[in-house]
Amino acid sequence: MAEPKTLAEKIISRAAGHEVTAGDLAVVRVGMAMSVDSIAPSVIKIMREELGVPHVADPERVAIFIDHVAPACNVATAEGQAVVRRFVLEEGIRHFYDVGRGICHQVMVEENLARPGEVIVGSDSHSTSYGAIGAFGTGMGATDVAIAFATGRTWLKVPETIRVQLVGDLPRGVMAKDAALWLIGKLGIDGATYKAVEFHGAHRLSLASRLSLCCMTTELGAKAGMVAFPREELEARGLPAWLYPEPSASYEQTVEIRLDELEPQVASPDDVDNVSPVSEVAGTRIDQVFIGTCTNGRLEDLQAAASILRGRRIASHVRLIVIPASGRVLKEAIADGTMLALLEAGATIGTPGCGPCIGRHMGVLAAGEACFSTGNRNFRGRMGSADAAIYLGSPLTAAATAVVGAIADPRSLL
Amino acid sequence: MARVWKFGDDVDTDQIVPGRYAPYMTSEAEFFRYAFIEHRPEFAQNVRPGDIIVAGDNFGCGSSREYAPLALKKLGIAAIIANSFARIFFRNAINLGIPLFEDRAAVSALADGEEVELDVANGLLRTASGQIQLRKPPAFVQEILAAGTIVDYLRRYGRFPGE
Repeated sequence: MAEPKTLAEKIISRAAGHEVTAGDLAVVRVGMAMSVDSIAPSVIKIMREELGVPHVADPERVAIFIDHVAPACNVATAEGQAVVRRFVLEEGIRHFYDVGRGICHQVMVEENLARPGEVIVGSDSHSTSYGAIGAFGTGMGATDVAIAFATGRTWLKVPETIRVQLVGDLPRGVMAKDAALWLIGKLGIDGATYKAVEFHGAHRLSLASRLSLCCMTTELGAKAGMVAFPREELEARGLPAWLYPEPSASYEQTVEIRLDELEPQVASPDDVDNVSPVSEVAGTRIDQVFIGTCTNGRLEDLQAAASILRGRRIASHVRLIVIPASGRVLKEAIADGTMLALLEAGATIGTPGCGPCIGRHMGVLAAGEACFSTGNRNFRGRMGSADAAIYLGSPLTAAATAVVGAIADPRSLL
Repeated sequence: MARVWKFGDDVDTDQIVPGRYAPYMTSEAEFFRYAFIEHRPEFAQNVRPGDIIVAGDNFGCGSSREYAPLALKKLGIAAIIANSFARIFFRNAINLGIPLFEDRAAVSALADGEEVELDVANGLLRTASGQIQLRKPPAFVQEILAAGTIVDYLRRYGRFPGE
């Protein structure tokens, strides 16, 4: 009889067509291979010139997004995007999303391109996000994605799994991002290297919150981060009947997060595991607040920010940049009045996409400046000058920080 | 002789090549000249083909950008020895044919600026104070490195490692 399996083992076994367990090497069918403007030109070149494969194996299982520099900021990026658009036409790729449609990870879920129970490979590290809907999403480099484009397959080592049990409910003023930062602070930025993270008890959170949690497992070094849905809820949620971890599956370790005892958390420069409760860094002066990214640019996040900013003004020395995760999020936030509240508070709005998270455009930092971001990385130099400081936290904490002009506890403004 | 370039823990890919110097932002012909531009500005100018990088835990964490190990390959880095590697960097570097060794004892024995000789095929490191036998990578990694790169491997065998 087969060993009781984790979610990662089950999904990879299905995609491999035979039973595998942690430690095995597996060659798997890729449900969707995803790339983005910043990497796709390299993927195309590797596939055609190095592998010598003229066409993708299956255009229906390829998705490409213009989100990392959208719209283009210089001639080099414009040329790269032109290469991608030509490729998409030549290959008949339908799943192509140009400037303004949004961040790959958000749109992959909005358009049902990442499907439950499948292995999804993306040329972006935060492809772990797809665990929020029950897929095994993993980030890979240009060569691996080129191979997935060319063959429809990839190979991987079946990871061991860390089980994370969420207990209780999030208190007012605390978000899933805070739980993710707390976990990274506890396990460290290599705490899940080569491993999968399985969240138990996260099925009660909204899709936006689950995406935020799974996205951040990349900052633990994880290969994938997945929400375990209760077996009895699978049918009602439209998920495959087999998509549950066996109760007696073998885990590398189990970690408990007491949501009900959690405070807002902040990651201070220059590593994502440099985490403390907001009270320890409150009062740190901030020049720029950025609300957006694949981690925290969804409607729920913008609404959370608006709940603090509505009827208030941001501090006079602060610039507040809001970039919705997708065009759909932008439309919804306009329709429900969220955007107006943010604009009236002093925010400015950018084209849906990655924005300044990678330090390329739309909010690059100068030396000596400090940014409070709802993104996922605060590495030195990531958002601009190597002498700028990046703090990470939730959209609620970001909004409170924009109002005060210094890192602030959102619970004091709710 | 090869120079040892020693780094600490958690060297992220934004340090190896910041996103704004990616080939996408600059060009294929110049991005690698920005390797460690802020973290260690003298590196790209002074590194010689055959030199090796030695680092602590979790080398290459962060973004999936393959141009980080590609920059090191283009600058002629012959091997990287670290306590541990981040997973995407590990895949990318092996795919590009850069030998990686996880060997804590070797890392602690090596100093920045030290001149050594590395026999990559046998994992043998000769230093002024003696020889170090490096821990061999897993068999599937050795198979890829023996072929050259993952692209060379696929073109030669028409199948994935372990298939």
